[in-house]
Amino acid sequence: MSKRYLVPIVYIIFLMLPIYWLINMSFKTTNEILNSFSLYPREFTLDSYRTIFTDPSWYGAYINSITYVALNTVLSVALALPAAYAFSRYRFLGDKHLFFWLLSNRMAPPAVFVLPFIQLYSSVGLFDTHLAVAFAHMLFNIPLAVWILEGFMSGVPKELDETAYVDGYSFPKFFVKIFIPTISAGIGVAAFFCFMFSWVEMLLAKNLTSVAAKPIVAAMTKTSSASGYELGLLAAAGVLTLIPGAIVVYFVRNYIAKGFALGRV
Amino acid sequence: MNKTFNNKAWWMVFPVFLVVAFNALVPLMTVVNYSVQETFGNNEFFWSGTIWFQQLLENDQIRDSLGRQIAFTAVALFIQVPLGLAIALCMPRKGPWVSVCLVLMALPLLVPWNVVGSMWNIMALPDIGLLGKTINAMGIHYNYTRDPVAAWFTVVLMDVWHWTSLVVLLCYAGLVSIPDAYYQAAKIDGARPWAVFRYIQLPKLKHVLTIAILLRFMDSFMIYTEVIVLTGGGPGSATKFLSIDLVQKALGGFDLGPAAAFSIVYFLIILLTSWLFYTLMMRNEAN
Repeated sequence: MSKRYLVPIVYIIFLMLPIYWLINMSFKTTNEILNSFSLYPREFTLDSYRTIFTDPSWYGAYINSITYVALNTVLSVALALPAAYAFSRYRFLGDKHLFFWLLSNRMAPPAVFVLPFIQLYSSVGLFDTHLAVAFAHMLFNIPLAVWILEGFMSGVPKELDETAYVDGYSFPKFFVKIFIPTISAGIGVAAFFCFMFSWVEMLLAKNLTSVAAKPIVAAMTKTSSASGYELGLLAAAGVLTLIPGAIVVYFVRNYIAKGFALGRV
Repeated sequence: MNKTFNNKAWWMVFPVFLVVAFNALVPLMTVVNYSVQETFGNNEFFWSGTIWFQQLLENDQIRDSLGRQIAFTAVALFIQVPLGLAIALCMPRKGPWVSVCLVLMALPLLVPWNVVGSMWNIMALPDIGLLGKTINAMGIHYNYTRDPVAAWFTVVLMDVWHWTSLVVLLCYAGLVSIPDAYYQAAKIDGARPWAVFRYIQLPKLKHVLTIAILLRFMDSFMIYTEVIVLTGGGPGSATKFLSIDLVQKALGGFDLGPAAAFSIVYFLIILLTSWLFYTLMMRNEAN
């Protein structure tokens, strides 16, 4: 093995240490966490996990998070598909300006938008619903999805479209039956990024909800501030938030590199 | 690809346009409205001109936050971009380990931002955290809740942990897209590794590096959640960056006018810097 592989190995170890520490803490009792320092749990316990899986305010928050993330991913990709097709195949009035205006929303700090969003979604009666968070996250996820999908679609030769029309396909039939299967890898990558940015965001998700749609990220901050010493519970909740991400990243592992490279910015 | 001109394509873009306009234009107009008005409650507003913008320029607190923000973004970029590039260059190009590496490296990107904060909080606690205990055991006094230097060190280390992988993945994607023929030609010419990097890899990576720097600039300039969970902006206001300051003003104080003026300037700084950087990079390409 060549010596230079040490660099990625050391880097990966550095990445895994805090994750290991979180998992380690999640299996310890509160007493052990506060009174001793140990590299592995001496009194192994599943109490923290048991609390989370039996208390509706905990597992309900997970369900809320997954609901709005799924809504956001499906809606973002569904809306972005025709738009990305238009950008990759046609020139139209204001197309370049529109594309860059869309991307500029990726640069908007959530801190700027949080107060107007609360007022906007309250006034249309969506405050504290999954839909509000899903819509708010579309501000930065739709531009991203359009950008990634446009990159993938531009790699598909236009002859594919023309051949299909010659064979008598109508546009909707061509789009659903031929085009979407052709760029399924791109759809996977776009969905991955939408999932990721919606799953990790907290500021908007927390402030657009109160009780009914409270996400796990908000449930966690509440516990950590109200009872600062329930570190085991906090760690267990944190470990459980890693799982959906790990599953999703496993499915798109072969496309991650490609998804990053495409796009025309 | 040669594209045909057809304004009917607008119909395909329209749903996206509608959703993003609803999400972006309405809130931005609200912010612009607040930024030039004064309110005494009861939803009564009065025209106040540019007074909030003038106050913003004279506000030392915000100027300090801006200074800290620029320092933080600069440090983050100077560490993450070279480090990410170096790691990508050292990674294997083929074989079963590539997927393993990519999956493990992508993991930090998928951790909710508040969990990143909690994770480093637990990790850096001076008496029971792995990092805090180790540093203190080496004889260096380390307590990130009391000492501003330790707080900065922890916040920067957390950001390196969180985001370097993004640069690695982008650079790696750029590297694997370089055809083998380039390397073979370099080998025949007897090029040294440095020459291969300088004249083959770096020019080919320019595109992805531009994206990496842009993304890291934007995201580090907006950092909020990780820092608020880890240090809360403290000790004192040592790690109080722009977003933390803004959220405190907007949601804590409900000072709508000043917060709105702050928001507009904040957004404009990000937009202008990104635009300037992008234009400069692309102009070089044209020459």
